[in-house]
Amino acid sequence: MHKLDRKLTPVSKIYLAIIFFILYAPIMFLVFYSFNSGETMYNFKGFTLDWYKELFQDTRLLIIVLNTIVVALLAALISTIIGVLGALAIHNARKRKAKNALLSLNNVLIVSPDVIIGASFLILFTLAGIKLGFYSVLLSHIAFCIPIVVLMVLPKLSEMSPSLIDAARDLGASTWDVFAKVIIPYISPGIFAGFFMALTYSFDDFAVTFFVTGNGFSTLSVEIYSMARQGISLHINALSALLFLFTMLLVVIYYFITQRYKPNGMGVRK
Amino acid sequence: MSRIVRFFIGIAAVSAVLLYSISSLNSDQGYSGGNTLTIYNWGDYIDTDLIKQFEKETGMKVIYETFDSNEAMMTKIRQGGTHYDIAIPSEYMIDKMRKEDLLVKLDHSKIPNLKNVDKRFMDLPFDPKNHYSVPYFWGTVGIAYNSKMLGGMQIDSWADLWNPKLENQILFVDGAREVIGMGLNSLGYSLNDTDRNHLLQAKNKLDTLTPNVKAIVGDEIRLLLENEEAAVGVVWSGVASEIMAENENLEYVVPKEGSNLWFDNMVIPKTAKNVDGAHQFINFMLDPKVNAQNTEYVSYSTPNKAALEHMPKEMVEDERFYPSEELTKKLEVYENLGKKNLAYYNELFLQFKMHRK
Amino acid sequence: MENKLTRTLYAVPYMLWIVLFVVAPILLVLYYSFFNIDGQLSFDNYEKFFTPVYLKMIVSSFWYAFLITAITLLVAYPAAYLLTKTTHKQLWLLLIITPSWINLLLKAYAFLGIFGTYGAANSFLEAIGIGSQQILFTDFSFVFVSVYIFIPFMILPIFNSLNDLNPTLLDAANDLGASKWTTFRRVIFPLTIDGVKSGCQVVFIPALSLFMLTRLIAGNRVITLGTAIEQHFLVTEDWGMGSMISVFLMITMVLIMVLTGTRKRGA
Repeated sequence: MHKLDRKLTPVSKIYLAIIFFILYAPIMFLVFYSFNSGETMYNFKGFTLDWYKELFQDTRLLIIVLNTIVVALLAALISTIIGVLGALAIHNARKRKAKNALLSLNNVLIVSPDVIIGASFLILFTLAGIKLGFYSVLLSHIAFCIPIVVLMVLPKLSEMSPSLIDAARDLGASTWDVFAKVIIPYISPGIFAGFFMALTYSFDDFAVTFFVTGNGFSTLSVEIYSMARQGISLHINALSALLFLFTMLLVVIYYFITQRYKPNGMGVRK
Repeated sequence: MSRIVRFFIGIAAVSAVLLYSISSLNSDQGYSGGNTLTIYNWGDYIDTDLIKQFEKETGMKVIYETFDSNEAMMTKIRQGGTHYDIAIPSEYMIDKMRKEDLLVKLDHSKIPNLKNVDKRFMDLPFDPKNHYSVPYFWGTVGIAYNSKMLGGMQIDSWADLWNPKLENQILFVDGAREVIGMGLNSLGYSLNDTDRNHLLQAKNKLDTLTPNVKAIVGDEIRLLLENEEAAVGVVWSGVASEIMAENENLEYVVPKEGSNLWFDNMVIPKTAKNVDGAHQFINFMLDPKVNAQNTEYVSYSTPNKAALEHMPKEMVEDERFYPSEELTKKLEVYENLGKKNLAYYNELFLQFKMHRK
Repeated sequence: MENKLTRTLYAVPYMLWIVLFVVAPILLVLYYSFFNIDGQLSFDNYEKFFTPVYLKMIVSSFWYAFLITAITLLVAYPAAYLLTKTTHKQLWLLLIITPSWINLLLKAYAFLGIFGTYGAANSFLEAIGIGSQQILFTDFSFVFVSVYIFIPFMILPIFNSLNDLNPTLLDAANDLGASKWTTFRRVIFPLTIDGVKSGCQVVFIPALSLFMLTRLIAGNRVITLGTAIEQHFLVTEDWGMGSMISVFLMITMVLIMVLTGTRKRGA
């Protein structure tokens, strides 16, 4: 099924195949029912493309999808930048107490249920007089994505041996050079991991977005959750199927482009 | 470094392109203009063709936003920061919002179509004289059951649920008022009872139902019943009518001990900017033809008497979803019991959930 | 090492974030936690929290969070290890993450279908002769779906740590006659401990406050603190009690951080 390295034993291949199978099973389920001519995700009545047709006539939904993607991309981007700086700050903290305090503060948003984050952000935004809509949603997404980035970058920083930086300094590198040419390349797998996990957080969030959105701005999650009472229409399945296909294509294309120009692939030093 | 920088610049560029297309799409739709009407509703709870028709008739642009629970919706309206011209909450929430001064008083002279609404759904305790709200849809709480799975067994009362034959077959909705209320009803008490003793009795009675309860779930109850995951579910009539259209083995009954009568009403929140437009919209939705079309789309029961004439006969004559006045008189509407009593309901409900383990 | 100016400057955005989006909400939540349901200043919520109902909930939240984290680690570690050995490892890694971009509610609905009485999982069990079982609304399905959700979060940091292992180190261990297991226990695992720690944190901490799956997949058979907070905020509108539980979660998290943070770092 998967083209694996020869180093892998058949048992290992089966193990990975099972993991991938399980990860993709629910998505295949959703895609399968997007072709159902019945109304729901059960009782496959017959094949139809109607849900897809319905999708392409729905401009409002298109705008919502684009909103979702833009918010996720920008939130992941900005939170990654701030998160990397934050991880550096935590890493460089000299006292263990300060380190622990920062890390604890960092994790507060991960441990707080979404409703609480959403409600308190809503109160903060209205107190600050920020109009609810695109910017309030973006700010909130950046806010709750930062801690995950920090947690993804930190282990790379602590694995980095201090002698690496010392060596660079001995060779006369400036602070900026050390940062740009030694630290960042070393931790870049962590940065990418943080970016992609931030995307995951942003795409999935319903509760926080719900509270801080307004003035006509909406995201896909809000739309889907609020459909639950009336039953989620299958054109949402069709939409997910398309988005998923599109993402897979992007991922594969992106990977092979970076492969061609950069033999090292995505941020990995061999 | 350069690879990461290039990657980030790429992401930023893609975002810029997307932002541009969103804004041009938005202006195509006319959303950026001034004459807008913002509707705050449950997802997929209106026929969107009607929104287009309304836009065409009035020249207004409708912005449609959605919520997934009454409480969350109220939090947003109370906190402000965004404008909603129309909202569609459930009855107990209207009482609360009215008392917290979150609603605009309706000008009935601007809603001539109000005459189309059935009198028995007007002037109810949660909004006397309909000063603040106009009925949108209504329904009951009852038992949906799969007669085929139960071997032809008939259910017509709450007491039937305690039948040992139903072991591990019942699904409940995750609502304290609904479940504790069912316990109260089965003991002959009112749904709005606040007597601690009665409530405790109801909870103890529910505990004896534990072997029959399969799960307490949310909106997904419709999927589970439709897919014959369980034979019995305590559901809202709206849910029942939709799943019965999909699975013909399902039946729906309003238990004879009594049950709940619910409403979703249209209101104008205090945050409204376009109060005139909101009145126009309410009047539009009460138009018999428009209302009939919307009812067929949503498939809940409409309170609009005039609309019934424009709907298929088999729909209107279905006693399960359009019960007679005799029956609706026996049903109770939820009253706003106040925070403290509601908290007690929830505490009992939580204990009931935990009892199951 | 660094001059003071750059040192303070680069951390400014992050510190700003901490003040605005972490400290301010904490203060807000703390403030609310001292108001009882009537809106009066009191310790009622704190007293109420130490009643059997909530204590039971705490125990069950921790138990499930622990279970989920342990199983996720057991599944994810070998997977991460094997991924580092594939040829297009970065591509495979990305493909591990992409499923998590599909809406969680939709995936949960899909699981309802797959685990249902007439679903694919039961057809499979029938086919291999075990026979149909009730999978939905059991501890098994709850833990399974939770692990499903958290797997990418665990794999990523572990993968990144494993990927940087110096192969010569492993060769050296081999040459010295260490068995595979000894190599793993003495060389590989200690060197990836930072990744494992980070993975466990990003799984355990959110798992403590899981709420949606407890209803969707476990049919409210599992009640966690997250469920309770959700209910206090959205159903009873008892923000005080909800905030109190949230304060408790934060304190627990800080304790966990301090406990796991004091351990000496491997060289």
